[in-house]
Amino acid sequence: MSREINRIKARFVTLQGRERKALIPYILAGDPPGKTVEVMHQLVDHGADMIELGFPFSDPVADGPVIAQAHERAVSQGVTLHDVFAMVSEFRERDNDTPIVLMGYLNPVEIMGYQRFVELASQAGVDGVLMVDLPPEAAGDLLDMLHNRGIDMINLITPTTSDERIAKICRVASGYLYYVSLKGVTGAATLNTAEVEERVNHIRRFADVPVCVGFGIRDGASAAAIGRMADGVIAGSVLVSELAQYGNEGQASIDRVASRIAEMRSAMDDDRTNE
Amino acid sequence: MVDQEISESPVLASEEHKYDQPDLMGHFGRYGGRFVAETLMGALEDLDRTWRELWQDKTFQEDFDRDLADFVGRPSPLYFAERWTRALGGAKIYLKREDLNHTGAHKINHAVGQALLAKHMGKTRIIAETGAGQHGVASATVAARLGLECVVYMGAKDVKRQALNVYRMKLLGATVVPVETGSQTLKDAINEALRDWVARPEDTFYLLGTVCGPSPYPEMVRNLQSIIGREARRQILEKEGCLPDALVACVGGGSNAMGLFHEFIQDKAVKLYGVEAAGLGVDTDKHAARMSSGRPGVLQGARTYLMTNEHGQIIESHSVSAGLDYPGVGPEHSYLKDIGRAQYPAATDEEALAAFRQLTRLEGIMPALESAHALAWVDKLAPTMDQDQIIICNLSGRGDKDIHTVAAIDGLEV
Repeated sequence: MSREINRIKARFVTLQGRERKALIPYILAGDPPGKTVEVMHQLVDHGADMIELGFPFSDPVADGPVIAQAHERAVSQGVTLHDVFAMVSEFRERDNDTPIVLMGYLNPVEIMGYQRFVELASQAGVDGVLMVDLPPEAAGDLLDMLHNRGIDMINLITPTTSDERIAKICRVASGYLYYVSLKGVTGAATLNTAEVEERVNHIRRFADVPVCVGFGIRDGASAAAIGRMADGVIAGSVLVSELAQYGNEGQASIDRVASRIAEMRSAMDDDRTNE
Repeated sequence: MVDQEISESPVLASEEHKYDQPDLMGHFGRYGGRFVAETLMGALEDLDRTWRELWQDKTFQEDFDRDLADFVGRPSPLYFAERWTRALGGAKIYLKREDLNHTGAHKINHAVGQALLAKHMGKTRIIAETGAGQHGVASATVAARLGLECVVYMGAKDVKRQALNVYRMKLLGATVVPVETGSQTLKDAINEALRDWVARPEDTFYLLGTVCGPSPYPEMVRNLQSIIGREARRQILEKEGCLPDALVACVGGGSNAMGLFHEFIQDKAVKLYGVEAAGLGVDTDKHAARMSSGRPGVLQGARTYLMTNEHGQIIESHSVSAGLDYPGVGPEHSYLKDIGRAQYPAATDEEALAAFRQLTRLEGIMPALESAHALAWVDKLAPTMDQDQIIICNLSGRGDKDIHTVAAIDGLEV
């Protein structure tokens, strides 16, 4: 069953050849209802290289209000992991190249069972899994099952992660590392780019996979600034907060998500050509 | 039916086998652990290191003992409930009077201990979650005493039903933040406290109020509460010359129960009963009986029994008592259940209210509605036991905070 080549690895190789940095939007599956696959295609059409697809949980402790409320909306709509796999399968009908990373909390996966989760993820066309509340020391079983299916397990590193832990995390890292640029939950304040650059360079000494940066990226300028130092730029809350308006504004909110991604893309690409 | 025989547990079968849970990673068998985002790992590792160092430290132990004696007012009495015993006509019932502690519940025990830890770590700000408000009051109290800033997260629903405790916290100088997300109860207050801590780990100490959460909290809070069982053991030996036959305590997160049980875990003849909230009934969808109806999962940093649906979403709990209204339970309780060392019956809102009234009238002691769940189980258990047998029930808190809840049920406004 394991794939010939993992889409995440392939995508980073391609990007490197084109001297382009990865733009990785995050959205929450099932918010707004019935629109996720359409939004995913829009994201790719407007410059996304990869997608982090959140799956809903009733108690998203690592998320700030914007993404936490999206979880609440999706949970109240009854969106399940099975629904999320169906969305990925549907996305794959038109797009077999863009890597998809599922991101979420452990309990839905525990209740489904690791083996079944990994089988269904693999069948649907998932390339990576980021379990927010599963630190590497507790990930053993799930990690092995994912790797057997050629699925990467993405790990977080934060401003307060000790060198000892960075080394531990890098030993098991695959796909890419997600550097959390700010202390706090998703959607928190603004970035200190000099600090981020220092940390990213430091992490690179331990890492043999690409280092992507998320938290605090909200527009073209911040995306370009992070693109200068990291292999990839992850944007979540800014997109999720637009989609939160879908109930009032309908399609216009999806159009704004597309234009925000387009803005980040062109700011990141212009930045490269100007160098 | 009430008093099921506990089969000899294989894990505790050997006399030489010492109870040594949890392991260094905070696992109680398959339960517990540290299931948090990387953003919290640094703060938890710091806490873990300092805690292990201090718990072995003689000066810390002396400071802790002195605070328990002079500030909390320990030891708390072990009271023979003579009229209630006669009314039930079975085992002798002793009440461990944690309701007589400063601030009115057992919560102050671990609050005092964690405050010493916070001070040692040089933290200037304490955050806490609270359900019934007892832990919030205890946290605000120790923060006031040490001159630390204190922020208490409390579900908006609990802010309403525990108005008196909210005001007490404010008088003590704490900021009470009502949490409007999710079920607006204890679970959501814990989520919000964790979010706060992630953002400010350098200056903030998270004073968690029960034996839940990521390691080291379940072990640390248990150890700080274990004074309850150590005293009870000494007191019952003095009064009766033998160990009790059964211990009974209510279980929300399970801190007062672990505090009482811990000292007796290796005494296999002593039966342990943790009483959950059955709300409107375990067969309805309005209860908090995780052990009888839930299943193992992962919530708020630990693997433990949870109320979760088949898709892994947490189900909202219900109980007349805010302190038991929580869909998870301390991981050590899950372990004690699985190895058969403790049993976890449930008492309904109605049974707890009846026990509240009964103790008030028969003994002149008004219990917290949480503790009334333990009393409700004693009410069933005692008559099935012999008159020379002994039950110790943990009266974990006093009922002042619940008067308006009870009055409302009686159709009165106070």
